[in-house]
Amino acid sequence: MALPKETIDKYLPTIGIECHVQLKTKTKLFAAVGNDARDALPNTLISHICVGMPGALPVLNQAAVDLAAKAAFALKTRPQPHSVFERKHYFYPDLPMGYQISQLNDPIIVGGHVTIEVDGEQKDIGIERAQLEADAGKNTHPEGADYSLVDLNRAGTPLLEIVSKPDIHSAVEARAYVRELFLLMKYSGVSDCDLYHGNMRFDVNVSVSTNPTELGTRAEVKNLNSFKSVEASIEYEITRQIELLEKGTPIVQETRGWDDAKQKTLAQRGKEEAHDYRYFPDPDIPPVELDNAYIASIENSVSKLPYDWRTQLRDVGLDHNLVETLLDVEVEDESVTYLSEIEKVISNPEQAKVYALWIVNYIVPAERDGKLAASQQRSGILASVYELVKDGRLSSNSVKALLILMLANDHLPPDVAKYAEQQGLIQESDEGALSAIVKDVLANNPKAVEDVRSGQEKVIGFLVGQVMKQSLGKANPAIAQEIIKKQIGI
Amino acid sequence: MTDWLPIKQIAEQVNTGKITAMSLVEKSLSLLNKHADYKAIIVAIEDRARERAEAIDKQVSAGESAGRLAGVPFIAKDNFLTFGSETTAASNILRGFHAPYQASAIERLEAEGAICVAKANLDAFAHGSSTENSDFFTTLNPHDKDRVPGGSSGGSAASVALGMAPFALGTDTGGSIRLPASFCGVVGYKPTYGLVSRSGVVAMGSSLDVIGPLTRTVEDAAIVFDVMAAKDELDATTIDRDELDYSSFSSSSLQGKKVAVIKEYVGEGLDDDVRAAVEQTVTRLKTAGAEVSEISLPSLPLALAVYYIICPAEVSSNLSRYDGQRYGFSSTDAATVDESYEFTREQGFGAEAKRRIMLGTYVLSSGYYDAYYRKAQTVRTKIINEFLAAFADYDILVGPTSATPAFKIGENSHDPLKMYLTDIMTVAVNIAGLPAISVPSGARSSLPIGVQFIAAQTHDRDLLAFAHAYEELSS
Repeated sequence: MALPKETIDKYLPTIGIECHVQLKTKTKLFAAVGNDARDALPNTLISHICVGMPGALPVLNQAAVDLAAKAAFALKTRPQPHSVFERKHYFYPDLPMGYQISQLNDPIIVGGHVTIEVDGEQKDIGIERAQLEADAGKNTHPEGADYSLVDLNRAGTPLLEIVSKPDIHSAVEARAYVRELFLLMKYSGVSDCDLYHGNMRFDVNVSVSTNPTELGTRAEVKNLNSFKSVEASIEYEITRQIELLEKGTPIVQETRGWDDAKQKTLAQRGKEEAHDYRYFPDPDIPPVELDNAYIASIENSVSKLPYDWRTQLRDVGLDHNLVETLLDVEVEDESVTYLSEIEKVISNPEQAKVYALWIVNYIVPAERDGKLAASQQRSGILASVYELVKDGRLSSNSVKALLILMLANDHLPPDVAKYAEQQGLIQESDEGALSAIVKDVLANNPKAVEDVRSGQEKVIGFLVGQVMKQSLGKANPAIAQEIIKKQIGI
Repeated sequence: MTDWLPIKQIAEQVNTGKITAMSLVEKSLSLLNKHADYKAIIVAIEDRARERAEAIDKQVSAGESAGRLAGVPFIAKDNFLTFGSETTAASNILRGFHAPYQASAIERLEAEGAICVAKANLDAFAHGSSTENSDFFTTLNPHDKDRVPGGSSGGSAASVALGMAPFALGTDTGGSIRLPASFCGVVGYKPTYGLVSRSGVVAMGSSLDVIGPLTRTVEDAAIVFDVMAAKDELDATTIDRDELDYSSFSSSSLQGKKVAVIKEYVGEGLDDDVRAAVEQTVTRLKTAGAEVSEISLPSLPLALAVYYIICPAEVSSNLSRYDGQRYGFSSTDAATVDESYEFTREQGFGAEAKRRIMLGTYVLSSGYYDAYYRKAQTVRTKIINEFLAAFADYDILVGPTSATPAFKIGENSHDPLKMYLTDIMTVAVNIAGLPAISVPSGARSSLPIGVQFIAAQTHDRDLLAFAHAYEELSS
């Protein structure tokens, strides 16, 4: 496996990614049947349409069109005014009608791009097209059984298949692309993007070539369901293909699968079957015609997208990593929003920054541990704690404790300072009280005092620590240090 | 013909308690038995029909109206999904299939009190013009047992001609209502595409399939159609209907109507008696004050070719679902899933279904799509435009429904191309989505002949009023 770097560098990998995004609709693409198959028993979310009964006609779910149109804006383009559903024919037990309803010549999205950032450099990955289509059902093959089982709950689930241009040239770029796609679909409300349940599935086409103007033969790795497997499988494919070419073995155009345990791709079929899907426009579904008024209303309904947030958060001085972390944590839990809290104080960059740090360092970990209540008072709590910090009345330890305490109980007392004091979280900044403690500490630590006097300033830290200990953590450390210095006389 | 009153009067008598729905159902069921030798019927729906009759009679005795079709028995072509019996489309592959839902058209008729008493024979999956392609048996023509009733709605047409019920339902993809209506001497009405929901009807050619009634009178056809016509959330191709009742003919005058005989339909090869029937029709129309002239639609001769590309293409796709995995026939000889598909379809489909699957698969194949399917769509547009231009000048176009009266059983069945040619007068209407009606007009000794009237899209009311007025002239 260990190819010399100069060998690897001879080759330019080229990658295109197809991503199936499950749309967040209540019902299926062509049937008024529930869409959320996650916890449903097999074949309970089906109707005569999902089963392909005689006489059953698909009727397009307008909500899926709305979401696809929204996705177009997230991909920096506009939905097509005219799009057409076509039938794609093949026989398979999970495909009840013997054809999949998809789009071929006139998809709902043509063009657009996704901007990624790798190593501080931005790059646009072009979108070739995105089409609406109905998912198939699910076949399972029980171990050792002479039968297979078919579950049609998923049959007819609306998917948007987003096809990138072959603009990606490394596994890292690919990962950045799929993460950005994830954020775009999530922030726009197009999909729940539940990767665990296969809400986003990726097929990657990988080829390598020593000639940058000519593509090599590609292999397709199908059905990847995490950013990590996208990155790892591409990494693996690039190396595999370079090794083969170095040995003089040509690449076979084929479909491969990803073995997550072995971390390698494996050929799925001996040879590519020459499919003839016999596409033709579905006569049961009139073409989708979107007029300007409709398109404008969708455009107005698109929520704030990751790139909008980035601009805003970077403008107040948050660094790259903090911004990206915030964008990631924002979508961890549907019921919680963090960015809107920052947005409320965005006119005060210092406060916004403090909020960002609190969120990333204190609130999110507590949220993940399930410690926090669903809160109506989050904004008030954050603002009141920020006021106390500004006045220097909370130690950093106390900030975390007070925030979590109030958020956990969803409790915003009328006098937060008093409440913090009752909880023993207010910093002792009163010189009189602190002086007494310092006096005591200095008397008990004559050696340290001597060391400080003889110039070992860092020993002051030890003395501050002793003051904190004796004050049970309530002392304001900065003020304590000043009093120590004064009493020692330096 | 048997003595059924006009549908409107039957419903009135049931609603006023003069007769019971049960007596009508019993009458119909006994007629089914009486004429069983014509093999018009695949299965009677006895239990459910009696249950519904009982419920309707109770409703009436409770003083409620039981609807515009209260107690009226009818027979549905067996490609309509119905409760109370199997739905087979006269195909072996659907044997044993009990529908879990009913066709929207059936639901609408039942909501007005109509009672489905039987399922009629057809060419399997509606592929044919004679019912000889039924996987079960051939229906005999009520006027001559050696002849076919026409098809594919042959069982429906024969059952109305035999008086088994006041009306029957058919489907018309290339003439399948009009042709058997003309062969059996009844009224067959094919509405504008999209006015009656196709939901729950076994699909043949989805862009061509239309549902309509076969009746003894135009008025009956209009009433049944009026009940069925509606936009349906289960069929995205349905369109808005007229707000007015289609059976309330404001005027039955033919005075000043602009009528044109389609030149391409009265050319060479037309049977002499059929030609005489068309001429007689023209004479009657003129006498009644209509202005009758002739029009040429030069692309019409291409309609059959267009039809036999588009229709099999859609058929090959629509029949994909019959794979033996979920319902209907499933071959027990298979060891693998691929064999299951292969053997089920090999054993379950008849020769005509297989022929159309192969034709359709061919014209949709990569490399042939542009030459066949796309080209056919282009010509389809041309035909639509020629009709549009004609209707700028004329209210109604006239032609024979078929070039000949009913042919003999077995006469065409060895030659698919000859059989396909029987649709030559009817397919263009489906390609253009127009409303058309075949009314009995003339005969060759005992064999009825039908004339068809064609109107512009959505002009169904005008067409029905016209046909109604014509019917009054000839009676």
